[in-house]
Amino acid sequence: MIEMLEVSKSFNTGKPNEFLALDKVNLVIRRGELTILKGPSGSGKTTLLSLVGCMNRPSSGRIKLHGVRTSFMAQGSEAESLDISSLPERFLTEIRRRNFGFIFQQFNLVRGISVIENITLPAFPTGENYADFRRRAAGLLEQFGISRHADSKVEWLSGGEMQRVAIARALINDPELIIADEPTAHLDSRLSREFMDLVAGFRKEGRTVVIASHDPIVFTDPLADRVIEMRDGQIVDQGQP
Amino acid sequence: MSHFINRQRNVLDFAISSLLRRRLKNISLLLLYTLIVALVASLIFFVQSLKREAALLLKDAPDIVVQQLMAGRHDLIKTSNMERIAAIRGVTEVAPRQWGYYFDPVFGANYTVMVDTALGYDSGNAIIGQGVARNQRIAAGDIFTLRNAQNTPLLLNVKEVLPYESELLASDMILMAPRDFTLLFGFPEDAATDLAVTVANPRETITIAGKIAEMIPNSRPILKSEILRTYDSIFDWRGGLMVTILLISILSFVIFAWDKAAGLSAEEKRETGILKSIGWETSDILLLKFWEGSAVSLSAFLLGVAAAYIHVFFFSAPLFAPVLKGWSVLYPAFRLKPHIDLYQLSTLFFLTVMPYTAATILPSWLTATTDADSAMRS
Amino acid sequence: MIQHPAVMSLLLSSFMITAMSLYASYYGLKIILKWDMGSGSELQLGLERRTYLISTILGYTLFFQILSFFLLIYTADSIHNLFTGAMCAAGSLGANVYGYPLLTLKLSNAVFCGVWLTFNHIDNKGYDYPLIKWKYRLLLLLAVLLTAETVLQFSYFANLKADLITSCCGSLFSPEKRGIAGELAGLPAQTAMILYAAFFGAYLVCGLLAVIKGRGWYLFATGTAGQFLISIAALISFISLYFYELPTHHCPFCILQKEYGYIGYLLYGLLIGGVISGVAAGAAEKFKSIGTLAGIIPQFQRRAAGTSVILNSLFAMIVLIRIFTTTFRL
Repeated sequence: MIEMLEVSKSFNTGKPNEFLALDKVNLVIRRGELTILKGPSGSGKTTLLSLVGCMNRPSSGRIKLHGVRTSFMAQGSEAESLDISSLPERFLTEIRRRNFGFIFQQFNLVRGISVIENITLPAFPTGENYADFRRRAAGLLEQFGISRHADSKVEWLSGGEMQRVAIARALINDPELIIADEPTAHLDSRLSREFMDLVAGFRKEGRTVVIASHDPIVFTDPLADRVIEMRDGQIVDQGQP
Repeated sequence: MSHFINRQRNVLDFAISSLLRRRLKNISLLLLYTLIVALVASLIFFVQSLKREAALLLKDAPDIVVQQLMAGRHDLIKTSNMERIAAIRGVTEVAPRQWGYYFDPVFGANYTVMVDTALGYDSGNAIIGQGVARNQRIAAGDIFTLRNAQNTPLLLNVKEVLPYESELLASDMILMAPRDFTLLFGFPEDAATDLAVTVANPRETITIAGKIAEMIPNSRPILKSEILRTYDSIFDWRGGLMVTILLISILSFVIFAWDKAAGLSAEEKRETGILKSIGWETSDILLLKFWEGSAVSLSAFLLGVAAAYIHVFFFSAPLFAPVLKGWSVLYPAFRLKPHIDLYQLSTLFFLTVMPYTAATILPSWLTATTDADSAMRS
Repeated sequence: MIQHPAVMSLLLSSFMITAMSLYASYYGLKIILKWDMGSGSELQLGLERRTYLISTILGYTLFFQILSFFLLIYTADSIHNLFTGAMCAAGSLGANVYGYPLLTLKLSNAVFCGVWLTFNHIDNKGYDYPLIKWKYRLLLLLAVLLTAETVLQFSYFANLKADLITSCCGSLFSPEKRGIAGELAGLPAQTAMILYAAFFGAYLVCGLLAVIKGRGWYLFATGTAGQFLISIAALISFISLYFYELPTHHCPFCILQKEYGYIGYLLYGLLIGGVISGVAAGAAEKFKSIGTLAGIIPQFQRRAAGTSVILNSLFAMIVLIRIFTTTFRL
């Protein structure tokens, strides 16, 4: 699904504090697989995720997507590969919100608004009818067993509930690829295992999942198709858990 | 199209909800904004009303007023000139006007004294303006005294007090019979202060005025339109002067707005980061900021206009009145007729909403370009 | 003449618009020189971000530009009694040489701005931003025009001297200004009607040809521009007569007033919208061959041309309805 060729990313280019976050990384993420990135903090996992997730552009190298939905490419080219290495933000975002769902370390929920609003938030700017995505959100709440909290503010929820809200939000636009950055960092072991069970569910539905984590519960999970170990902006090891 | 509308609606929805969530911060902005709008609006409404008031008053003024000049100064005009003017083709009526100023040392006020032959009252009677009535504390039926040219008192019987409307210029007026006027000032009987000429066809006014100027040496014909114009430009000029002063407050408001828009709290920054990370694009955030700004501007505009309306038309603009109105000790205490039009509103819009908008463009953009992956790096 | 609240607001808005457009052009220039889509460097990413700022600025500029066009007419109208012989906005604008050029420039800048935004919109649909440099070169030109407008506007108001009563003599000895209505209303009404109808017919044919067959785009762009000018001429020479129900009142500004139900705003709005969309539709032909826009332009052209035709037709329809419903006859 995603193919990275010699991808590098540096920050503060030309300044004394320049640093290379990714150094000529080659990586393939296959459709329907669960890929786990492991490594210490500062190893480039997050940067790699942000590139995979179309949040950023590489300083050099190519990133290609295969079989993603876009509105701006001519019809029929869906199956072909799409080089996103130099796509402007406008189009990267378009790809991102149609195809990817994100789960973050601190859940990143917007405080002060209700659970249902938080979940529907990614759909707001897509131009979809409010009633439509609201119905979808209600379905997700049902699925995760948090329907009764639909109208509560997110800050009133427990950690586990917040996590489920964050996951429901990632699914609102029915993404093919789910990207999670340290999803279990603030969870206890029970909730972390619960999370991995949900991930197993995604895989069963045919979704592709990429998780960056240094939590053993995650990277030793038997479900993982591939575990990629990173250090100093380079991939040092790839293989089964 | 429905796609476009949905997007606008959804984002507007969220904009309103975020404004309400940050009520405290936004209320201070809204209050100041409203105040600025109210200030500028009061000024604009007030100047416009004064102009209307003057125009209303001058509606009945003569088409041409002929003055006599003596060594470049206004002098009395001989009434013998009237026949010659009346003989000009197109002139329907010529009437002498006798008027002057009377300073009342007791009350320290200046009155405009005028002869009104159409009064229908005999000598010894007078009609006075609201200002005079207030100043002397008299009403219809009372008697008041003026000191005449021989330094003896002239007793006048108040028959009427002029009505409230268009009090602006008539406030300090005393209307009397010709004999009383002659007595009061020792005014020569064969002369007038000036001559009022009525013209049949307004298009011929200029030509007729030209003929009069030629006919009577050293005369100065003044057209009604010229008087109107002079009043207009005086009011506009004063209004403009006030705007110049207000510009400083607009500017400080702009700086305040800029500061508010640029100084985001950590919570707001975090929120933008989240929105960007979950698939909002820079232009979506800009749209959000646009709707937020529009909501604030619209509320402030409406509230400000309403406040100005009350200030000017219910309370007669106590803030600006002394600067813009007065040339006499007797401030007319009149209530202006409410009148607002699109023109005033658009001027107001340009003076307030536009600077605000301009001040928030750059900060909004800075917010909108938060890195999408910033949420992952916090 | 500058200390008039409306004049000050016009000057203020022009000044701000110019300042913002110059600021935008500074980055426009940078984009022209340094743009490299293939690069993921921080400079390039920064420039890409700037494009959002620039389109936002231009969007607001268009809005305020159109508004200030009407405010200028309104202001000119409200100060007409300061000038001998001026009956409405037409007279005040004719009070010195800068008035009419200013009005024309204001209007054309609004149209220019609209066309720019339309191209910006198209460009944003092509994922390699194919029109970027072309677009920013156009922006530089626009900034120059906006600056010129500001200068012109300042000269106009600074050189307005109200004919006031002076100490020695009344103003009537100052030369009377010519009524501009007479100058503008040159065309005899009947001829103008036929001319307008004929041109509108031709324009419709061009429009339909373009929309249905997708051909003759340059012709259509020229036709739209022509249609715009002819419509304004028609407004002065005969349409105004029907709205005022007076055989000699040709003023194109009085229809903006309340007495005529503000119909002028609708009419001008339709004309401005019509010319922006029509010219943009035609000019887009130039970019049809660009790969990433190939799928977008034909659809855009059809839509924009359709909009233009509809707006101009609405204009014609309103005029027609007025001609038939009013009791006034030429």
